[in-house]
Amino acid sequence: MGSHAVLGHMVRIRAPRIAFVLLVLLLWAPLTRSVFAQAELSGSWNPRNTEDVSRDSYPVDYLGLPLNDEGRTKALSYNEGQLAMVERQCEGWPAVYFVQGPFGLKIWADTDPIKGSIVSWTIGAWEDRAPITIWMDGRPHPSQYAEHTRGGFTTGRWEGDTLVAETTHMKAGFLRKNGPPMSDQATMTSRFWRHGDILTVLAVVDDPIYLAEPHIVTKSFGLSTTPMLPVGPPCVTTFEGKRPGEPVPHFVPEKNPFVDELTKLYNLPRAAVLGEAETLYPEYRKKIKATYVPREPCKTDCGAPPAR
Amino acid sequence: MNRRLFFPLCLVSLSALLAVLLAGVRVSAQNPGAQPPAPTPRASAPIDLTGYWVSVVNEDWRYRMVTPAKGDYKGVPITREALQIVNAWNPAADEAAGNQCRSYGAAAIMRVPGRIHITWQDDNTLKLDTDAGTQTRLFRFVTPAAPPAQPTWQGQSVARWERPGRGNPAVKAGSLAVTTTNMKAGYLRKNGVPYSDAARVTEYFDVSPMPGNGQLIVVTTIVDDPRYLTQQFIVSSQFKKEADGSKWDPTPCSATW
Repeated sequence: MGSHAVLGHMVRIRAPRIAFVLLVLLLWAPLTRSVFAQAELSGSWNPRNTEDVSRDSYPVDYLGLPLNDEGRTKALSYNEGQLAMVERQCEGWPAVYFVQGPFGLKIWADTDPIKGSIVSWTIGAWEDRAPITIWMDGRPHPSQYAEHTRGGFTTGRWEGDTLVAETTHMKAGFLRKNGPPMSDQATMTSRFWRHGDILTVLAVVDDPIYLAEPHIVTKSFGLSTTPMLPVGPPCVTTFEGKRPGEPVPHFVPEKNPFVDELTKLYNLPRAAVLGEAETLYPEYRKKIKATYVPREPCKTDCGAPPAR
Repeated sequence: MNRRLFFPLCLVSLSALLAVLLAGVRVSAQNPGAQPPAPTPRASAPIDLTGYWVSVVNEDWRYRMVTPAKGDYKGVPITREALQIVNAWNPAADEAAGNQCRSYGAAAIMRVPGRIHITWQDDNTLKLDTDAGTQTRLFRFVTPAAPPAQPTWQGQSVARWERPGRGNPAVKAGSLAVTTTNMKAGYLRKNGVPYSDAARVTEYFDVSPMPGNGQLIVVTTIVDDPRYLTQQFIVSSQFKKEADGSKWDPTPCSATW
């Protein structure tokens, strides 16, 4: 049998199989487009920190937060001295702090070694922030009675090229470092939009215990060529003046000594400083227009001096 | 399978496969030579931005809801030249010179608390009105042939849809990307933190559902200014969708509030 005849014979007996494979590939092709539609999020993302610059530098600064009365009362009871207690020094901040805090993001994907599909995305940890693993393999969230952790439990899905992540099972903690609380019933929905080398992250925190409405926070990051570490330095406890057995530092909410600090410094209305939901909307600006007294020119902490 | 049929079948299958994978081209068996007209930007919009939206001021509250103190430029990476302007801010002089809209220009307007109303002016132009300062921005998907006009507060904006899936218009997801130039020099903040007429603003409009059937627009604004900024100034602002325009309240520009 000549080589052409052998080839012809092989084609004849394998033709149905080849045709079937081509048909499967043809049907599979549209599905591949959804994979192409996803965005590459892996890398080191630097914070730009040109927005929300006041954040948590004052003990009572809940500007921009929609706290309800319970949330406000609990926030006013917080004393930063709690962080001197050995058992609280390494407590860390909740998952939402990955957007709220000043950190960058180290993001990577873990893939199935056989299929090549992405099993999870991970946002690396830092000294006082747990890693967030976003499970992409379709696993369900655990029972409501399952353990709550600092990082919570997160599943993700793609909507076009937007990664959408749902986080539950977070431990009770703080929305900001100066005490506005977040309960263990809070959930967080995050969206990751990549535009070239800019990554904008939206986090919406819904908390039926301490918030009057969902808290919205966004932050943009720039892709960095300098690699970040996937973990921060370890948190090491030390003696900071609080001995075991001493009372937990706190304030009686009505007697928090810092309640008017921001009002005096910046002439801001107390309702806004204390995070009342109505203060987030333009109507409130009109409401305070007649009574607002402009502040004296800035003398300290006015901005980073420009480079020479 | 008949050998005479097998090879044409392979050829057709491979061609179709390559076409779908590489170009996303739809094969029309009925009229293979005809090119359907390209859908207009309006018809092919992957997201719906139209309607009334209200800003949610949950970031930079004391720089947006009240007029910050003179000389406070915290968070803005300004140059030394810009610092002189910051320290010389004189709102009364701005009002007197007819420059009361300096803090309502394209680089800053999305950060000003208020409402926006987005409509299609025509099939190629998205129109964004603000009630704060009564400003109008036009996002043109087709670059006008005429040479640039004089600089204005809102400048000239060129828009495009950013789509996932290699730009396939069938994919109903994506973002609006807008690039704005030819602006009059203005303020990034009410208290005179400046951007120059050489500034370039790049914006991305993304939408997100919210709890309770709500909707949110997140606008990422990137300001490049070779004169007054040492690096990009990036902020992201949020707007919640409103049912109607009943709270629409146009107010004129103000240099002081």
